[in-house]
Amino acid sequence: MPGADKETDLSERIESFLSELKRCGSGAGSLRGSAETARETSALLRRITAQARWSNAGELMEIIRKEGRRMTAAQPSETTVGNMVRRVLKIIREEYARSRGSSEETDQQESLHKLLTSGGSSEDNFRQHFPHLKANVIEAINELLTELEGTTDNISMQALEHIHSNEVIMTIGRSRTVEAFLKDAARKRKFHVIVAECAPFCQGHEMATILSKEDIETTVIPDAAIFAVMSRVNKVIIGTQTVLANGGLRALNGTHTLALAAKHHSTPLIVCAPMFKLSPQFPNEEDTFHKFVSPHEVLPFTEGEILSKVNAHCPVFDYVPPELITLFISNIGGNAPSYIYRLMSELYHPEDHEL
Amino acid sequence: MADSDGRQIDSINHAADGDGKGHGIVRAKTEGKELTKEEKQRLRKEKKQHKKNKKDDKVPTEKEKEKEKPSVQAPSKPVTQSPTHKAAPVPVSASASESLAAAEKPVKTKAELRAERRARQDSERTSKQGKKEGGQQSTTSKPKASPSELQPVVKRLPEHVQVDDPAALKKLAKKLERQQVPLRSDYGYKVSLFSHLHQYSRKNPPTQQISIPATVIHPSVVRLGLQYSQGIIAGSNARSVALLHAFKQVIQDYSTPPNEELSRDLVNKLSPYISFLSQCRPLSASMGNAIKYIKKEISNIPSQCKEEEAKGKLQECIDSYVNEKIILASEAISKYAIEKISNGDVILVYGCSSLVNHILCDAFEKQRKFRVIVVDSRPRLEGREALRRLVKKGIRCTYVLISALSYILPEVSKVFLGAHALLANGYVMSRVGTSQIALVAKAYNVPVLVCCETYKFCERVQTDSFVSNELDDPDDLIVTRNGKTHLENWQTVKSLGLLNLVYDVTPPDFVDLVITDLGMIPCTSVPVVLRVKNVDQ
Repeated sequence: MPGADKETDLSERIESFLSELKRCGSGAGSLRGSAETARETSALLRRITAQARWSNAGELMEIIRKEGRRMTAAQPSETTVGNMVRRVLKIIREEYARSRGSSEETDQQESLHKLLTSGGSSEDNFRQHFPHLKANVIEAINELLTELEGTTDNISMQALEHIHSNEVIMTIGRSRTVEAFLKDAARKRKFHVIVAECAPFCQGHEMATILSKEDIETTVIPDAAIFAVMSRVNKVIIGTQTVLANGGLRALNGTHTLALAAKHHSTPLIVCAPMFKLSPQFPNEEDTFHKFVSPHEVLPFTEGEILSKVNAHCPVFDYVPPELITLFISNIGGNAPSYIYRLMSELYHPEDHEL
Repeated sequence: MADSDGRQIDSINHAADGDGKGHGIVRAKTEGKELTKEEKQRLRKEKKQHKKNKKDDKVPTEKEKEKEKPSVQAPSKPVTQSPTHKAAPVPVSASASESLAAAEKPVKTKAELRAERRARQDSERTSKQGKKEGGQQSTTSKPKASPSELQPVVKRLPEHVQVDDPAALKKLAKKLERQQVPLRSDYGYKVSLFSHLHQYSRKNPPTQQISIPATVIHPSVVRLGLQYSQGIIAGSNARSVALLHAFKQVIQDYSTPPNEELSRDLVNKLSPYISFLSQCRPLSASMGNAIKYIKKEISNIPSQCKEEEAKGKLQECIDSYVNEKIILASEAISKYAIEKISNGDVILVYGCSSLVNHILCDAFEKQRKFRVIVVDSRPRLEGREALRRLVKKGIRCTYVLISALSYILPEVSKVFLGAHALLANGYVMSRVGTSQIALVAKAYNVPVLVCCETYKFCERVQTDSFVSNELDDPDDLIVTRNGKTHLENWQTVKSLGLLNLVYDVTPPDFVDLVITDLGMIPCTSVPVVLRVKNVDQ
């Protein structure tokens, strides 16, 4: 039966996506960048919208929420998946509201009023059936996909506003966004880049070879030399894995040290992060914040005897508080860290913060 | 090729005879014909003559220079004099570059030497003395003043930070040639900020250029140089102790040549050794202080002392120096430091400092309950050595890399750091990464304690890690992960550079306490200690 086929096909795709997420999460710098993950998640959600069985917006949101929970459970550190799910949920709410005819603003005012009074559930609001809802939602998701494709270009277009000639720029590890940013600036300006290699994964080496191929003067330094050379650095430009709700970062290990050194020398710290990395999480959850990988990167098995008597740690991420950050550059422009909470309220609905 | 041609043509032109033949040869060359056998022989003869003339010219001019030097002296250059020595006066760059103090020692030797010279060359000096003595005495009277007065420091810039100056490089090359010490060439592309420093490759130690058996350099010094350049002996205490042991061997095997004084000749013998060792690896502050001490002891040997007695005395001096300044000092520091370790502490250490390891082992023996976190960094990975030593003792350890510092620091109660040298403006010079640890510890409000013996205090001042540092082999940064080596061909890429720093300086506001054998002092009291030490000496 064609219906059953579609369903099995859909569940197969979801399963394969989940297993890929589980597999490529080992070690920092997953096999594919966050942008790709975001795109694939959105495509999968579009497929679910198109092929799953639902009759009204409420059921659709339930299905998406369920699948979203499974996906985030597969790889909790990959927050772009959860972010995309929340974006789609917000799209559904918007489309529903538009179909019903009420404008967005009154909706929000209503919900605030409801919050303050009896807090009546807004669930029954989504039970109405609209025939064009599916098409509208799919169209909106397509728009989201086009936006995702253009993020890196939008960010690198702003490069020339921030880099002047003969600057010394410092970065850490490998970030595809920063790579594109610097390559774009290098077309018109001459500057130096110092890359901290970020042991034990040493992604800085790859970044340095890529940049030096574009004729950018690059120097690779070990992590221990970050503070020593910081006095000669004019700007620090980094990428990040996630931007948290308070404006802080969850970035590669070693980034906090870099941020402290920059603060000590009053060097501006610029974070290049596209909007899909913005996550409504706060950094207070101690046990879910950090991710660890096998410590054989730190203390290899060749050390033999002492291995059993020693604890070795290999954390992947670092928390950087918002006071150390000067500027966020995203595809919608430059913002201060204190503005992040406002951007978040535009992207996600408060009820979706918990999937 | 062009250069040799030019020289040949020059020699031809300057040759006393054979002018016409010279022209013939030049014409032959310009016409592009091959030189005949006889012409080649003639060329060779002329070259030899020219070289001989050059040498003859050199020796008499040197002799003149020597005679002039006694009366025309710069206060910072001690001239070792002996009538049989044809070589030019041994430059003080060996001692001035390694020793980091003002020129007090040269004053004493100059006084002795001048007295001798005056006895020998009375007539000449009376004629020139009238002119020069006035200026001389004013310049020498200042350093002779009591050390408690403020002295103008007439220091020379050490050679190892003048690599971008071609004149300094030429001078060094000449000096090494004279001492028959091989010159080591720099390796690889140097980052522009550090073009004033040397960068050597570990695969080409200068010991490869020495013939066996080495005539000028003592074999134990050659072995020591190789151990330094390959990193087999590392750490400032280990290097100083190894140096002093090698010198003990040198003194043992030394025999005074006839017509020579032990106190002066032995110092001369040590200078090429020191140049060789600094070619293998730039000298550390502790080594510099040790060398200064030895030279002072040697030149203080009275001239009527018999050789065996003198040698025995020197061996004793060296032994007592090692015992006092290094071994006993570490005992004293350990005693002070144990007061600062309480039960339940979590102590963070960085890299491998022999002194800090000693303190922790002592505290563990005295039944203190604590655990240790060892922080390590690429490319040296010295922390693994510290980890092995501590685990062997039975101390509970955790091991992380320096990039995980922000993760681990909330658990830490104290940070113990070792030092390579303490500078006179209170900055701590230590292994690269130390300043980073101090910075992050300050941000988390964790106390930072630096442990350092007083013999590592030096009178230099420095505010950043650029002006005076050591560049290690850049190939150490290359690593293979998952079968891929990204930086394998970094030399072929024009705009890519690797930087492997060895030292960095920590500002004194990051350091809470310095534990020395004289007690527990703040970072800013270092010049006070130096002053007290100088007065004692």
